[in-house]
Amino acid sequence: MIKRDLVIVGGGPAGMAAAVSAYENGVKDILLLERDQYLGGILNQCVHTGFGINYFKEILTGPEYADRFIEKVKNIPEIEVSLKSIVVGLARDKAVTFLKPGRLEAIKAKAIIMATGCREKTREMVHIQGTRPAGIFSAGLAQKFINIEGLLPGKEILVVGSGDIGLIMARRFTLEGAKVQAIVEIQKETRGLLRNMVQCAEDFGIPVYFNHKISRIYGKDRVEKVSVLRVDDNFNEIPGSLFEIKCDTVLMSVGLIPENELIEMAGIRIEENKTSVPGIFMCGNCFKIYDLVDRVTEDSFLAGKLAAEYLK
Amino acid sequence: MKTYDVAIIGAGVVGTSIARELARYRLDIALLEKEEDLAFGVSKSNSGIIHPGTQNPPDSLKGKLCVQGNFLIRKISKELGVDFKEVGELIVAFNEGDARELLRLKKEAGLLGVTGLRIVDREWLRKNEPNLNSEAVCSLYAPTAGIISPYRFVYDLAENAVKNGVEVFTKTKVTNINRLDGYFEIGASSGVFKSRYLVNAAGLFADEISAMLGVNNFKIKPRKGEEFILDKKKTDLARHLIFPLPSRISKGVLIIKTADGNPMIGPTAEDVEDKEDFSTSDIGLNRVLTSARRLIPSINDRDIIAYFAGLRPVAGSDFIIRHEEKSPGFVNVAGIQSPGLTASPAIALLVAGILKDNGLALKKKLIFHGHRNKTIHLFAAPASKTRRLIKKDHAYGDIVCRCEMVSAKEIRDAVKRGARTMDGVKFRTRAQAGRCHGSFCTTRIMKILAEETRMPLTEITKRGKGSEIVKGSSR
Repeated sequence: MIKRDLVIVGGGPAGMAAAVSAYENGVKDILLLERDQYLGGILNQCVHTGFGINYFKEILTGPEYADRFIEKVKNIPEIEVSLKSIVVGLARDKAVTFLKPGRLEAIKAKAIIMATGCREKTREMVHIQGTRPAGIFSAGLAQKFINIEGLLPGKEILVVGSGDIGLIMARRFTLEGAKVQAIVEIQKETRGLLRNMVQCAEDFGIPVYFNHKISRIYGKDRVEKVSVLRVDDNFNEIPGSLFEIKCDTVLMSVGLIPENELIEMAGIRIEENKTSVPGIFMCGNCFKIYDLVDRVTEDSFLAGKLAAEYLK
Repeated sequence: MKTYDVAIIGAGVVGTSIARELARYRLDIALLEKEEDLAFGVSKSNSGIIHPGTQNPPDSLKGKLCVQGNFLIRKISKELGVDFKEVGELIVAFNEGDARELLRLKKEAGLLGVTGLRIVDREWLRKNEPNLNSEAVCSLYAPTAGIISPYRFVYDLAENAVKNGVEVFTKTKVTNINRLDGYFEIGASSGVFKSRYLVNAAGLFADEISAMLGVNNFKIKPRKGEEFILDKKKTDLARHLIFPLPSRISKGVLIIKTADGNPMIGPTAEDVEDKEDFSTSDIGLNRVLTSARRLIPSINDRDIIAYFAGLRPVAGSDFIIRHEEKSPGFVNVAGIQSPGLTASPAIALLVAGILKDNGLALKKKLIFHGHRNKTIHLFAAPASKTRRLIKKDHAYGDIVCRCEMVSAKEIRDAVKRGARTMDGVKFRTRAQAGRCHGSFCTTRIMKILAEETRMPLTEITKRGKGSEIVKGSSR
C-alpha cells in the first residue's frame, strides 16, 4: 500500500484551504483528492457575486474565489492534486481507497482531512407527498443547469424554502425570463442571508409566503401545480388555509446536510472540531453548514494547521 | 404485412417472461409496450420479493404458480445473470392467537409444497434478527424466500428474448383489436400488427384490452401500495424479509430487503379508482411507519430517501389465466398482483401450454441462447473485481453517481442496452436512486444519454414524452 503523510478528501474551498495551510505549517507530502473534473467544488456554479468580502476584502464571484485558491494549490509542488478521484472507502487506521478513471488505489495516510462538503435536502427528506413528475429539482441542480450547462429547467417556478441557493436561483430564473410564482417558507422568517432576501426576492417583486408549506405536488409527467397550507409557528397546519399555485417546476431549497457517509460508515464519531480518531480531521460543510465561504476558508486553515501539528 | 404467430401486449414481468419462454420455439413473436421503456407499468413498483408461497390458499392458482415460480426463478436468474438472493422470510406473531395462526399458515403452505418451514422461538429471533421488536413471541420462518431486482429481471428477460428473435415495440399503445379470419388485427399508436394468437398481459389495462375483443368477463381494480425506501447505510436493518400476519386483502406492511441494498418499508393497500394515480400521501407514510415500527421499532423516518406508489392490478382474489373461447386464440393473463413476480416463470409455462392446447405448434428451435452475460454493477462488486474492471476499461473508474457508485461505463452500457429515459437509466443502473436523488449526477447522465442516442439535451425525458427534464436553453 502506498504511504502518504496527508490525504485531503475534497477539493472545494475547504480542502484547498486545508491543503495550503498544511503546507504552510510544514507538511511536505499532501495528496488532494477531488471527485469532480476540476477543483473548486460548488463555487464553480456560483457565478453571482458576494464571495470574498471578509477574507479578500473584495467582492468576487464564486469561480473567481475558487481560482485564487486553485492558483495557490497549483504553485505548491508538494500538493499533488488527483481529479476525478472518488473515495469509496475510509478506515479508522487511515486507509483510504479511491477510484479514478483507470485505477483503484489504496493508500495508507498518516493524517486525513475530510472536506467532502454537503448535499441539499431533497423533497423526500422533508416528506412532501404527491406525484413524482419531471420538474422537481434541488436549487443547486437548477443552478448547474443554467450556469454550467446553458439549459433552462423550467418556466414557472415555485421555490420551496428560502435558503440562500433558493433565493439566488429565484433571481437567476427571473433574469432568464422565467416566472417565479412564489417562494414558500415554512418558518416565520428567511433561513438565508438577509441581503439575499432583499436583493433576490424583494427587488424582483417575488411573493414570499412565510409560515406556509407545500402539502402536495401534482402532475403526471411534468409538475402542474402544488397545494400550499398556512402553518402556525409550531408548524401546525391551519385548517381552511389551503390554496394552489400553478407551476411547472418545484425548486427545493430547504437546507443542506453534511456529506459524511464515509466517516459514519467507518464508525468514526464527530466531535468538537475533530473526529474520534486522532489524525482524522474535518473541515468545511461536511463538518458544519456555513453561510459564507470566507468562514469556511478561515476554519479550514485551522484544520490544516492541526493536521500539521499532529504530523510533527 | 408480416403476420406474427403470437403478439403479447404488455412488457412487464409477465409479458417478457412469456415472450422469453415462447422464444424457445420456432415462432414469430411481437411484444408490444405502450410506454417508452419496458417495466414502466406495474413491474416498476414491485417489491422484488420472491415469495415462498406461504400466504396463499392451497387450492389457488396463485399458490401453485408461486411455489413453482420460486423454484424456476433460481435457474432463470442464473441463466440471465440476475442476482437472486435467498434471504428467507419471517412472519411474526406477537401473541398466542397469532402463533396459532402461524400454524395454520404453515400447514397450508406445506400442502402447497413449500419446503423448510419451521416455527422459530424468541431465542432464535433474538439471535438471528436482532432489530426485531422484542415483543415478538415467535415466527414462521420460510427459508426459500428471496429477493431480486424486479426491473432488472424484466430488462434481462427482454434482452434474452430479443436475442432469440422476439421483436419488441415500445411506445406502442394498442387502441383497437379486430378478430378477422384466422388472425388478429391490432391497431396501435405506432402502426398495425397482425398475429395468429394474442396474449393479453396488459396489467392495469388488461380489462380494457380484453373488452376490445368483446370479452368483458373481468374488471381490473387498482389497489394502491405506497412504499418508502431507506438509505443504503441501513442495509443491515433486517437480515430477513419480515412480515406481519397477512390480512384479508394484503400481506401487510413489510420490512423488505432489496437487491439494491436499500431496505424498504411498505406497502399500503388502498383501493383506488384512477389507474394513473401514483401519488403518495402523508396518511400512507404514517401508516407505513407505524406498522413497520411494530416490527422494527428503531426505524427512523430521517433515513427515508425515496418513496413511490404502485398499483396492483386486482381482478378478484386469484390470477386469471385462460384461453377465451369467445375469441379463439386470445389468452388473458390478468389480475397478476402479488405473488406475480415470483409466479412469472410458471405463468409463462402455463401460457405456453394453453397456446399449445389451442393449436399453436410448439417446435423447439435448433439453438436457443438461454445464457446472458451478467450485467456489471460496481455497487455489487468486491474491490478486487472493481480493480480488474477498471484496468480493463478505464470508464469503470469514472464514477457518475456518487451515492450509489455507478460509473460512466455502466450508464453508457445501459443506454446501449435500451435505456432511452432518465428513469430507464435509473432502473437499470441505480444512478440517481440514492440519497441525493440525482442532484449531482443528472446533468452528466443526460449528456451520456444525448451522446449515445444523438438526441438533443432538451428532448431527454424522465420517462417519456411530456416528462422532458428541461424546458429549453438558458439565455
